[in-house]
Amino acid sequence: MNWSNNQYDDDKVIDSCGLFGMMDVNGKRFSGKDPIKAMVNMRERGNGLGAGFAVYGLYPEYQDHYAFHIMYMDNLAKEKTEGLLKNNFRIILDEKIPTKEAKVWNPPILWRYFIEPKSSKYDQTLFDDFIVDKVMRINTETGKAFVFSSGKNMGVFKGVGYPEDIAEFFELKENKGYMWTCHSRFPTNTPGWWGGAHPFNILDWTVVHNGELSSYGINKSYLEMFGYNCTMQTDTEVMAYSFDLLMRRQRLPVDVISNILAPPLWSEIDRMSEKKRKLYTILRQCYGSLLMNGPFAVIVAHHGEMIGLSDRIKLRPFSAGMKGNLLFLSSEEAAIRSICPNLDKTWNPRGGEPVVGRLKEPMIEEIAIKRVMKV
Amino acid sequence: MLKNYGNGYYVERDDDRCIRCEVCINQCTYDTHFFDSEDDVIISQDENCINCQRCVSLCPTNAITIRKKVSKYTENFHWKDESILSIKKQAETGGMILTGMGCDKPEFTYWDRILLNASQVTNPSIDPLREPMELLTFLGSKPDNLELEFEENKMSLKTELSPQLRLGIPIMFSALSYGAVSYNVHQALARAASESGTYFNTGEGGLDRRLHKYGKNAIVQVASGRFGVNPDYLDVGAAVEIKIGQGAKPGIGGHLPGEKVGPDISRTRMIPEGTDAISPAPQHDIYSIEDLRQLIYALKEATNYSKPISVKIAAVHNSAAIASGIVRAGADIVALDGVRGSTGAAPKIIRDNVGIPIELAIASVDQRLRDEGIRNKASIVIGGGIRNSGDVLKAIALGADSVYIATSALIAIGCTVCQKCYTGKCPWGIATTDPYISKRINPEIATRRLVNLLKGWSNEIKEIMGGMGINAIESIRGNRLMLRGVGLSDRELSALGIKLAGE
Repeated sequence: MNWSNNQYDDDKVIDSCGLFGMMDVNGKRFSGKDPIKAMVNMRERGNGLGAGFAVYGLYPEYQDHYAFHIMYMDNLAKEKTEGLLKNNFRIILDEKIPTKEAKVWNPPILWRYFIEPKSSKYDQTLFDDFIVDKVMRINTETGKAFVFSSGKNMGVFKGVGYPEDIAEFFELKENKGYMWTCHSRFPTNTPGWWGGAHPFNILDWTVVHNGELSSYGINKSYLEMFGYNCTMQTDTEVMAYSFDLLMRRQRLPVDVISNILAPPLWSEIDRMSEKKRKLYTILRQCYGSLLMNGPFAVIVAHHGEMIGLSDRIKLRPFSAGMKGNLLFLSSEEAAIRSICPNLDKTWNPRGGEPVVGRLKEPMIEEIAIKRVMKV
Repeated sequence: MLKNYGNGYYVERDDDRCIRCEVCINQCTYDTHFFDSEDDVIISQDENCINCQRCVSLCPTNAITIRKKVSKYTENFHWKDESILSIKKQAETGGMILTGMGCDKPEFTYWDRILLNASQVTNPSIDPLREPMELLTFLGSKPDNLELEFEENKMSLKTELSPQLRLGIPIMFSALSYGAVSYNVHQALARAASESGTYFNTGEGGLDRRLHKYGKNAIVQVASGRFGVNPDYLDVGAAVEIKIGQGAKPGIGGHLPGEKVGPDISRTRMIPEGTDAISPAPQHDIYSIEDLRQLIYALKEATNYSKPISVKIAAVHNSAAIASGIVRAGADIVALDGVRGSTGAAPKIIRDNVGIPIELAIASVDQRLRDEGIRNKASIVIGGGIRNSGDVLKAIALGADSVYIATSALIAIGCTVCQKCYTGKCPWGIATTDPYISKRINPEIATRRLVNLLKGWSNEIKEIMGGMGINAIESIRGNRLMLRGVGLSDRELSALGIKLAGE
C-alpha cells in the first residue's frame, strides 16, 4: 500500500497534535461552530497535514443503521467495495458526502452508506464483531478504499488540511451533535494521506490523541497477542485497541483502565491502604505491558461517554472545563475560553487522572460500567 | 611425568623494586614463585602462572608484570597455540581438556552489535535524578485479564495472582553452588541479594543452614543430583528452580571431586565426606516434557503452591519450542542460559561448541510465547555473559523479564576470569573449598562490593531509561523498537526481531 499511513514504514508515525472535546451531558445537540472555533484557536498545534472531527448524535433519522464513511482512491475500488457491502449488508441509503470548495489537499472520493447487516441471527455484540471484521477487510483487501467512520448515529470527518479548512470542506458548521471530538495534527513523517488524519474510529469508538509513546513497541506486541493487528503504526491505533480490549472485551471500568494505561508510581502505591495497594499492584503486574509510557493526552469517546486522560507524569498539556451542562476537554485552556469565557469551573487534571463525561440519560443502551474506583 | 606446557604467560619481576617480602610466594596457589635465599632472589616459574593477577595486585611495590607470550609455534590462523597444545596434552593423557568460566571465543556475542535508543524532540527524556524511575519487577505467572466484582458501588478483586518474586532491580545472582564456590562467597551473595531487594540462586549444592536466614531472597535449585534437597530447603527458599541444563555445558552433568567435600559441604549436600558429588547429565525422573510437568507439580505440592517454580535450561537450537512446553507444563519462570554461560568446570570442547547465543534465544523464546499467546503465563529470566547494565537493558528489550549474573558478581569480589576454577585452587578464594584460601574473601567486604555493583548498574539503567523517555522498566520489556542492529545480516536482524540502525 504505497498510500499507507506510514509510507516510510518507520516503526511508527511520529506526530504531535491539538485535541478538543465538547459534550452536552444532557444530550442536547449543538452545531459545529464552537468546536471549530476552539480548534482555530489552537492552529499552532497543527501544521496543515491533517485534521478531523467526530460528531455524535449526527444522524438521528438513521440511528438504527451503521453509517459507513468511506474514502476511495479510484472508482474501481469503489465498485469492488460496494460489491462487498451489497453481499453483506442491506444498504438503506448511499450518497456522496456533501462537500464544498475549501483549502484542502487532493481529496479522495468520499461516500457514505447507511447499512444494516443482512443476517438477523446475530445479537448486538456479534453485529459489532461482524462490522469490525468487514471494516478490517475493506481497509486491507482492496488497498484503495478506507472506512474512516463506522458507527451508528455518529460520523467522522477528516482529511489533509487545517481544522477550519476541513470543517469548511465538509460544511461541519451546519451539522449538529451532542458530543464533538476534534483533532489537528503536526506529523513529522507522513505524507498527505487522508486516512492518516484523526479521529481514529471503529464502530462508535473514536480516539483523538496527542503524544509519542516510548512504550509503543511492547504495547503493540502485547495487543498482537490478543489478535489486534497494528497496521497503521500510530500511537492512536494502539490507544484505540487498548480501550477496545479493556473496555469492550474485558469490560473493565474506566477508572481501572486509566490505572492500567497511566498507573500511579510504586511509591504512591506503597502508601495506599492494604486492600487498595493489592489491587493497584496486581493491575501493574498483569497489565504492565499496556502502561503507556511517554507523553500522551487522549480523548476517547463512544455514545454517551467521553473520557480524557493524560500520561502518568503529564508530559502533554490537558485541560478541562465545565459550564452548565457542557463539558470541555482541550489541549489548551485558552481554546476552551475562546468559546466560553465564563466557565463554571476549569482545571488541569493530574497525570493519569481520567475526566469522564457521561450522558445523564444515555441515548443508547451501553455496557459501560458506571462505578468509580472505590475499593 | 607430564610435560608442563604452561599457560602462555611470562612473569616479569623488576628486581630493583622487589623487596623480597614474599607476598607473591604466599599468595600464589600455583607455586609459581619461590625464594632462593642463597642468592637472595625471587624466581618465578612461568609455566605455573595462570595469570590470575593475584600477586600483581598484592605486590606492595608493583614489581610484577605478567605478559602474554606471543605464539611459540609458527604463526597459523587455523592452527593456533590453543589447538596445538590441546592436542599435545590429550596425546599424553587421553583425557578431556577441562576449563572454567564461560566461552571465550569472539564469535558469539551479539550485545556489541545492538544499540539502544534515546528520545529527541518528539518526546522528552526524563532526568532520573529528579524524577522517579521504576525498576520494580515481578516474576511469575500473570493472568490475561483480571476479574473484578462489584458490590454496592465497591470494587473487589476476584482474581488471585499466583506467587510472584518481587525484584527491586531486574538482576539476580545466578546459580553458584556451595562447593563450587566457598561458604564466604555464598554468604556474600545471600547478604547482597537481601540488602539489594533481589535474589540469589543457591545452585545445586543446597543451602548451608547458617544461610537459611537469607531464604527470603533465595531461589533454591533442584538439580539432577538432588544435593541438599530436603523439606527445610524447599520451605526456606522464595522460589524453586529445576535445573535441566547450564549454558556452559548443555546436556552434561557435573562433578564435584571428593577432596572438595569437607564437613560443611558434606552436611549441606547430604553426602558422605570425601565422596564425589556427581550430578547425572539428565534428571533421571525427567525423560520427557510430561515428566517435567510431574516434577513441577510435585514441587508445587511440596511447597503448598506458595512459591513460583522456575525451570532452567541451556539455550539450545530448539529452545523456543522447549520453552513453550515448559510454560505449558506449568512453570512460572523459564530461565535460559546462553552459550556464554559460566561454569566451575566443564569440558572445553562442550563449553565452546554447544548451545546458542542468549540474544537469539531470548528473541526466539519471547516471540514464540507471544505467537502462542502464552507469554503472560511465565516470566523469562536469562543469563550467560551479561557484562554490564547495557547488556541488561538490551536483554530486557529483547524480551527478558530479568537477568541472572554470576561472572560479573564474581568479578566484583575479585575474580579475574582466569578460567581455572576447576582446579579448586582459586587464588582469589572464590572457586575453592580450601579453608585457608577461602579466607581471602571477607564476606563483609564482598557483600558491600556486590551491593555497590547492583547499585551502580541500577543507576545506569535508570539513566538510560530516562534518556529513552521511559520511567518504568515494564515499558522496555519486549520493546524491541528500542533496539537497532549494526553489522548484522538480514536473517540475524529478523531472528532478533530488530531493525538495522538508521532504519
